[in-house]
Order: sequence, then structure tokens, then C-alpha cells
Amino acid sequence: MEELTASFNQIGIQHYLFLSAVLFSIGVMGVLYRRNFIVIFMSVELMLNAVNVLLAAFSRFNGDQSGQVFVFFIMVVAAAEVAVGLAILVMIYRNIRSTDINALRNLKW
Amino acid sequence: MSPIAFLILATLTISSALLVVFSRNPIYSVLWLVICFFSITGHYILLDAHFLAAVNLIVYTGAIMVLFLFVIMLLNLNKETEPHKPVYLKAAAVLSGSLLMIILAASLQGYANQPPAIISESFGTAKGVGKVLFTDFLLPFEVASVLFITAMVGSVILAKKHVND
Repeated sequence: MEELTASFNQIGIQHYLFLSAVLFSIGVMGVLYRRNFIVIFMSVELMLNAVNVLLAAFSRFNGDQSGQVFVFFIMVVAAAEVAVGLAILVMIYRNIRSTDINALRNLKW
Repeated sequence: MSPIAFLILATLTISSALLVVFSRNPIYSVLWLVICFFSITGHYILLDAHFLAAVNLIVYTGAIMVLFLFVIMLLNLNKETEPHKPVYLKAAAVLSGSLLMIILAASLQGYANQPPAIISESFGTAKGVGKVLFTDFLLPFEVASVLFITAMVGSVILAKKHVND
């Protein structure tokens, strides 16, 4: 227990590694857990943000700003992805009248 | 990097992320995701990434979450229309997610806990990041604008009801 409290005296890269590992696996869990395609999409955003936090942490601990530029580009791509993805989801909803991912099984044998 | 601030923010991040996944109403999911992104903005401030904190607040919590909220209200989703998986599939999802977390945590165990690097005055500000962005990463930056135009055209065409030939 003493070791545990001592490890929190100085926040290091390891704490950020664990935080983003937990956040990423919550995102994976959300993709597997839910059936609503919008919530699945939000879980993907959660995974992207876990990686963003880790990149920012590495950039801080190594003193290199290139990591922050990478985070910036991930945000740019995520914004474009959300715009196109939500348009596709709205089109799917217009066609099948439901948000259930299970209705989209035409590619399954 | 104050430990107490980190612990509070990390608890807030993880608990709101869990509530995104487990809340039944999709609108509550979006609102918890907004709180999660707010706390991630706090993490960026703790990590001296001030420019990223501002961008995260504007792009993620401002633009992307409003887009999600609009779509959910357009589709008229609520608790009653929400589809659900059977219990055994949910249990399997929780189990496999936790197993992935254990594996990731175990594989990251041995990473050396280095002290933070000494940074310059302009680290992480708009000035510092902008200098790197417009010198080393100028070409990717320009390509990103092409990507945005493609995404704009694509989403307009997709969201239109009928495209006249």
C-alpha cells in the first residue's frame, strides 16, 4: 500500500500509459457491447482519444512537439471521419428505419 | 503535473467513459462523452499542451459532439427504440474488454518511468506547435485540407435525398 501511494507522488509516463490503456479497452468494450450504431461510433471516438492522450503524454515527457502535431492531425481526420460517417448512418437509417447493427447482415453468408 | 489533479481527472475520464458505454439512452451517452472529452482537455492542460486543449474543446466538444447530438435528435432515438444484445453476449463483451485491458496493462508494465523533460517557454502553445506544423509538417497540413474538401463534398452528396443525374 505504501508503494502504491509513493507511486502517485510523481505522475510519470506510466500513469498515462495505464490511463489510455483503460480508455482504449473501454472503447473496445463499447463496440462489442452495444448494438446501436451511433453508440458504436462514439466508442470509436473514445479509442481515438485514448491514443491522443498517450501521444500528448509522450510528447511532454520527451520534450518533442511533433507528438502534438500528430494529435492535431488525428483530430483533423476524426472530424472528417465523423462528418462522412454520420452522413452514411443517416442514409442507412432512412433505408432500414432502425439503428440496429444487426439489420445490416447482407454481407454475411 | 500535480498528482491530485491527475487522479481526479483520470477518475472522471474513466467513469464517464464507462457511462458512455453502459447508459441506456443514446442522448445520455453523448452527454457523458462530452464530459469525458472535457476531462481529456484537462489532461492536455496538465501535459502543457495548451494549443491542443483549445483545439480539443472547440473541435471535439464543440463540433463533433453537436453533430452527434443533431443526428440522434434527427433520428428520434430514445430508450424505447434502443436495440439490445442478449445477456450472454453482453457478458462476453465485458469479459473480452477487461481481458484486453489486463493484457495491455501487463505489457506496459515494464516501461521506464522517466521524469518529464525540460521544456522551452513556447512548448505546446500556438506559437510552438505552429512553428513545427508549418516547417516540418507543411505537406501533411496541405493534404489535410484536400481531405476536408473531400469529406465536405462526400457528406453533402450522401446526406442528399436524391441526386439528380
